Amino acid sequence: MSNSKYLLDYTLRLADDALILGQRLGEWCGHGPILEHDIALTNTALDHMGRTRSLYQYAAEQFNNMPAEDKTGVFTSIALQNLINTSASLDEDNLAYLRDGWDFKNVLLLEQPNNDWAYTIARSFFYDAFNYFFFAALEKSADESLAAIAEKSLKEATYHLRWSSEWVVRLGDGTEESHTRMQSAVNELWMYTGELFIENETDNALAQQGIGVDLASIKPMWMERITSVFEEANINTPQNSWMQKGGREGRHSEHLGYILTDLQFLQRTYPGMQW
Amino acid sequence: MTVHSFQEHFDSLIDREISIEPKDWMPDDYRKTLIRQISQHAHSEIVGMLPEGNWITRAPSLRRKAVLLAKVQDEAGHGLYLYSAAETLGISRDEMYDQLHSGKAKYSSIFNYPTLTWADMGAIGWLVDGAAIMNQVPLCRASYGPYARAMVRVCKEESFHQRQGFEIMLTLAKGTEIQKKMAQDAFNRWWWPSLMMFGPPDAESPNTAQSVRWRIKRLTNDELRQKFVDVTVEQAKVLGLDMPDKDLKWNEERGHYDFGAIDWEEFKNVVKGNGPCNKQRLETRKQAWEEGKWVRDAAMAHAEKRNARKKEAAKAA
Amino acid sequence: MPAKQQKRTRIVYIIMAQQEITKKSEWPLWEVFIRSKAGLDHKHAGSLHAADAQMAIENARDVYTRRMEGVSIWVVESKNIHASDPSEANSLYDPANDKIYRHPTFYNLPDEVKYM
Repeated sequence: MSNSKYLLDYTLRLADDALILGQRLGEWCGHGPILEHDIALTNTALDHMGRTRSLYQYAAEQFNNMPAEDKTGVFTSIALQNLINTSASLDEDNLAYLRDGWDFKNVLLLEQPNNDWAYTIARSFFYDAFNYFFFAALEKSADESLAAIAEKSLKEATYHLRWSSEWVVRLGDGTEESHTRMQSAVNELWMYTGELFIENETDNALAQQGIGVDLASIKPMWMERITSVFEEANINTPQNSWMQKGGREGRHSEHLGYILTDLQFLQRTYPGMQW
Repeated sequence: MTVHSFQEHFDSLIDREISIEPKDWMPDDYRKTLIRQISQHAHSEIVGMLPEGNWITRAPSLRRKAVLLAKVQDEAGHGLYLYSAAETLGISRDEMYDQLHSGKAKYSSIFNYPTLTWADMGAIGWLVDGAAIMNQVPLCRASYGPYARAMVRVCKEESFHQRQGFEIMLTLAKGTEIQKKMAQDAFNRWWWPSLMMFGPPDAESPNTAQSVRWRIKRLTNDELRQKFVDVTVEQAKVLGLDMPDKDLKWNEERGHYDFGAIDWEEFKNVVKGNGPCNKQRLETRKQAWEEGKWVRDAAMAHAEKRNARKKEAAKAA
Repeated sequence: MPAKQQKRTRIVYIIMAQQEITKKSEWPLWEVFIRSKAGLDHKHAGSLHAADAQMAIENARDVYTRRMEGVSIWVVESKNIHASDPSEANSLYDPANDKIYRHPTFYNLPDEVKYM
């Protein structure tokens, strides 16, 4: 892969993570356990959506500036290829709405269903803790645009992590029922956490240039945060080490297809229109 | 003071347009009417999240998705402000929820209509929020302080709601032929229910006089409805959409638009529970509340445990 | 306190706490005060429900500062607010009406004296 393709892959993966979780959290809006936290969770969803847009805008800019011969074969969907063949420039919505699942690079964790409040909290907690350390590192990226997005995102992630950590503790150390639910959510989602730290070709190439984050270096900090919150919450840190993977390479769980069906249906049914 | 002089004092505050505050003496009927009105309004905000909420995952652009999320979230906020205002009258939010879930309390019947296309997000913002604002602006001067203050906050936030709805309609109306058709179809479906939002005609609204006297209603149903028709006709012209009312015409003498007969049979039926989505909306709310119980209990249990530990630590020290 | 006894005390507290919960499950009501910008007073913004003070502050952040309304938040559990009785308003506040000499406009100064 060329350097520009690494950066594009990296930007898109971060955007996809943000979009897919934003979409999942958006499903809660109007259905939360209490008004105050319906509102709180939507604030978080809005933060993720804001980051989604900045990142897709940046990805589109990168793509549009690529030489024409590099553009073929980057995306698989016919809708995007047709658009590229007319030499139109892509925008944030084209990237979100016209790619198929195998071009999405989000981790599997984030596409897992909301199930109940405990699942939703556990999923967010794993990701928020990751984001907190990730953006703290990305803030120092040699790529100015990523560094700027990271700076803003770090503030948001700091609050997200605080909020989700507190819920982990509340549920873990709440009632018997909440404890059971929290523990089982943690157990079931645990195998999706390993993927957050898998380093592929893109990571290695960009880490070397000081653009990407050295994931191995943030893993211990993540682990320490997770276990200390679990300890306070009386939650056992799962010991199983078998981890699911594939999202970063575009190989997803069944859930993503349904997310995309909902997300993209209008753009697909009425192509090329302004909304 | 005797009850009589309490009443006199209360009346004189009302007459002098001085706010009534939670600890002030107030007639029972005033309190009851307020609780009913404010909680009904709060319920409408909360149930009103559902018809739009189900388009959040399907919004056609990232910008629209963010706006819709923020808007539906605002409705939760408005519900919260209003529940809080009602709570100052001596009823708990849980009690109000019970009334909603048991069907004892009503909410605006407009939310019992389905949202079928994306244009419905435009029509709701433009028409439903437009009608709501018309209703709410005068209530910023309602006699009950906490209610008026909640309405000020609501109105301030609501102003973007109608605009984003109108913007959706405008984009569709100026878009392709099929998008314009989508906009017109939504307009046709939401127009009449929007007119019903102002409630039955004045002649059949026996409580209006008392409410106006108490300044918890500042204009009558028909006055508000007329105002709404007059401004909406002009806005529809900007959109280039047809008014879904063949009897609509300007009345020079009255200085207002005359409009066709409203199907009050339909209104009564939807209020009674026979609307297209009554059951679905209420079930969804009940389900969210019931499924949230263990979460609310857990938070309470945790807070109590922490308190107990703190006390224990203090004792040990 | 010996460890065993400490543990027992804790259990007793937990049981007491749980009994309390079954009696009343609604989260307590809190009043929210917000400082809209540095240098201004905190002003009453409204109320909300929260299980504890920490959560009340966060809920206030999420509910009442979505449009950049604040830079600082106070929360007070509503039951801890003590208010004056409106029926005593006459005796509490009317006596201040005739103390007009407390206001600067009561005093006539020659025009030459500026800035006082």
